[in-house]
Amino acid sequence: MRLSPSGLSLPGPSRRSVLRGAGGAALLAGAGIPLLSACGSSGSSSDPKTVTLGSNASDAVPKKAFADVYAAFQKQSGITVKVNTKDHNTFQEQINSYLQGTPDDVFNWFAGYRMQFFAAKGLASPVDDVWQKIGDNFPDAMKKLSKGEDGKYYFVPVTTYPWAIFYRKSVFQQHGYKIPAAWDELVALCKQMKKDGLVPIAFGDKDAWPAMGTFDQINFRLNGYDFHVQLMAGKASWTDAKVKAVFDHWAELLPYHQDGFMGRTWEDAAQSLVSKKAGMYLLGSFVAQQFTNKADLDDLDFFPFPEINSAYGQETVEAPTDGFMVSKAPKNHAGVLKLLEYLGSPAAEELYLKTDPSVVAASDKASTSAYSALQKKAFDMIGGAKNLTQFMDRDSRPDFTSTVMQPGLQKFLQNPKGVDSLLSSIERQKKTIFASQ
Amino acid sequence: MTTDTTTNTPEAAAVPPPGASPARTRATHGHRRLLTRRDRFTLALMAGVPTILHVLLVWVTAIASIFLAFTTWDGIGFDSIKWVGLDNFKQLFNDNPQFWPAVQHNVIWFVVLILIPTPLGLFLAVQLDKRIRFSRVYQTVFFLPVVISMACIGFVWQLVYNPDTGLINSIIGANKPGHYIDWIGDPHLNLWAVLIAASWRHTGYMMILYLAGLKSVDPSLREASALDGANEWQTFKSVIFPTLRPTNTVVLVVTIIEALRAFDLVFVFNKGAQGTELLSILVTNNIIGESSRIGYGSAIAVVLLVISLAVIIPYLIATFRKERRA
Repeated sequence: MRLSPSGLSLPGPSRRSVLRGAGGAALLAGAGIPLLSACGSSGSSSDPKTVTLGSNASDAVPKKAFADVYAAFQKQSGITVKVNTKDHNTFQEQINSYLQGTPDDVFNWFAGYRMQFFAAKGLASPVDDVWQKIGDNFPDAMKKLSKGEDGKYYFVPVTTYPWAIFYRKSVFQQHGYKIPAAWDELVALCKQMKKDGLVPIAFGDKDAWPAMGTFDQINFRLNGYDFHVQLMAGKASWTDAKVKAVFDHWAELLPYHQDGFMGRTWEDAAQSLVSKKAGMYLLGSFVAQQFTNKADLDDLDFFPFPEINSAYGQETVEAPTDGFMVSKAPKNHAGVLKLLEYLGSPAAEELYLKTDPSVVAASDKASTSAYSALQKKAFDMIGGAKNLTQFMDRDSRPDFTSTVMQPGLQKFLQNPKGVDSLLSSIERQKKTIFASQ
Repeated sequence: MTTDTTTNTPEAAAVPPPGASPARTRATHGHRRLLTRRDRFTLALMAGVPTILHVLLVWVTAIASIFLAFTTWDGIGFDSIKWVGLDNFKQLFNDNPQFWPAVQHNVIWFVVLILIPTPLGLFLAVQLDKRIRFSRVYQTVFFLPVVISMACIGFVWQLVYNPDTGLINSIIGANKPGHYIDWIGDPHLNLWAVLIAASWRHTGYMMILYLAGLKSVDPSLREASALDGANEWQTFKSVIFPTLRPTNTVVLVVTIIEALRAFDLVFVFNKGAQGTELLSILVTNNIIGESSRIGYGSAIAVVLLVISLAVIIPYLIATFRKERRA
């Protein structure tokens, strides 16, 4: 499920998480869950022909797609992949205790800071051996995404998808709109759309994460990739004038956003693009999932967020990347290396995309012949990027983004004039959270 | 283990003290016949397992969370627990922009529940108590929301409040640009929107409590007041309502608890975003997830605990005092 790039679309808390909430039971549960799941795999732990894999691919489509990939791997290598699938959100909530207990050899995870966090905590094994073999399959930006803070590789990417501004070709044709390449053109286009009776920018922030995507785009266009990374890592200050400028730009665009966004999910916002009531929508390419009619889907297109500062142009692309990591002490190390080498190959990615066409391959060697026009464009955009970012909650500490940034950005959306006090509040909270590492 | 063999506890029977007199031994033999080894094992299991579970899951965790409130901990390994003294509380009171709104909303929650659905529930109960026709049907209708889980109520009311496709906005046409009512997102509206849903359920709950109370009112009291020439309102005010005092106490306690534990409805509704923050939701947001702030979340939980105790302890003291007098 990639509905939410955030780890925060929590379902109701399970009894277990409520127990965790009580605090002391955290480790109790931590020891308990993996032990239970390990019961099944412990028998096969000495088996060199089996690799265990903890999977968050609980939705039907990715689950089937990965099953096909593992089957192909077994045919090629004779090693069976024993998959332990958990509900996508539950997997994320329990990742702490899961990795501290007796985790599977390999597990699904996300690239970037989120991967680095667990690598730095010693809960993952480096996979430099694998990268010596698969390194040629990936562009430099992907390599950068797969490295821990210590410079070692900890991650093998498989799929990715870009964030961009989506629109309907027919709507742009009908009104004679041009793709805006710069900020002023974007604002002018919004004005024109409003005049034409369209909602210029579809928007829904009920789940609190979509707003982070808008912040990211404006920030790296305006201040560049390096500043964005510094800010996300807690190094740059939120009271910096550069950050203030991001919010000033955003405030300029805010009147053109769809009304009532705080109570709307991204799915509902996407519907206004489907029904041609909205002109544009800034989101990840998973917005295509809402286009269930083939003709509508063929009409969907996108363009990268316009340039704001010519020093940085459009060189940065936000492309959340999913893939695999290795737990701290895998039982079948040799088998793990073989599996990751296969998963990092173009063949595995092509096989995966056959079943799940809502994303694109992370490797630039994978064949694009089966891609739709939208996928091809997404693939080219990611491949041509100088820098790739993940998403605010994948590029920063998740506890910071969930408890400070999500409510903070919502506060800004409600009251765009109170930016100064908001930013100093964010900075104060950031300091305590990043200090507690 | 007690050495007093005259007690009749199975433990005492199980282990006779060394040097017990023959007469006493006979007595314990008698107990042995009553309680076989298997019985004693069963008893120990029945009493022991719940006790262990209770201590582990309630007491240990509660005390652990009080301890953790003075630390920072990301939940990874015990060695990463760091003592920070009162820092969490300082941050909470000074820097957390959501904390004071959350406290305020919990209070509003209680005030609204006690002012609107409680009198309404009492009113309905009094009407139903008159044995009007279809009384059972009304009773069922009003009580139905209580049977449904809060989470489901949240889902249902979300459909009603949905700004684009919801029932209300569709009927009054408030889903067009320009005149738009964002029931779920607008911080001036959403708490009240949720409270309507909460009251909808609470009314039925209160109605049943009061109905039970009214059933136990001695009919001769009504008769006597009727003979004295009191009208309906006078009878209710001076005779019936005062006899409902024990019920009122229960209602007050139940409502306080409902206000403090309010969580599921809001969590489903909009996860406690702008305008609907609650303490319970802040606790959850901080503790659940990949890199948890367990210490900070525990500090919020401790605040909630202190508020709960401040309410419950006086109540318990009053109750025990009454029992002792009786």
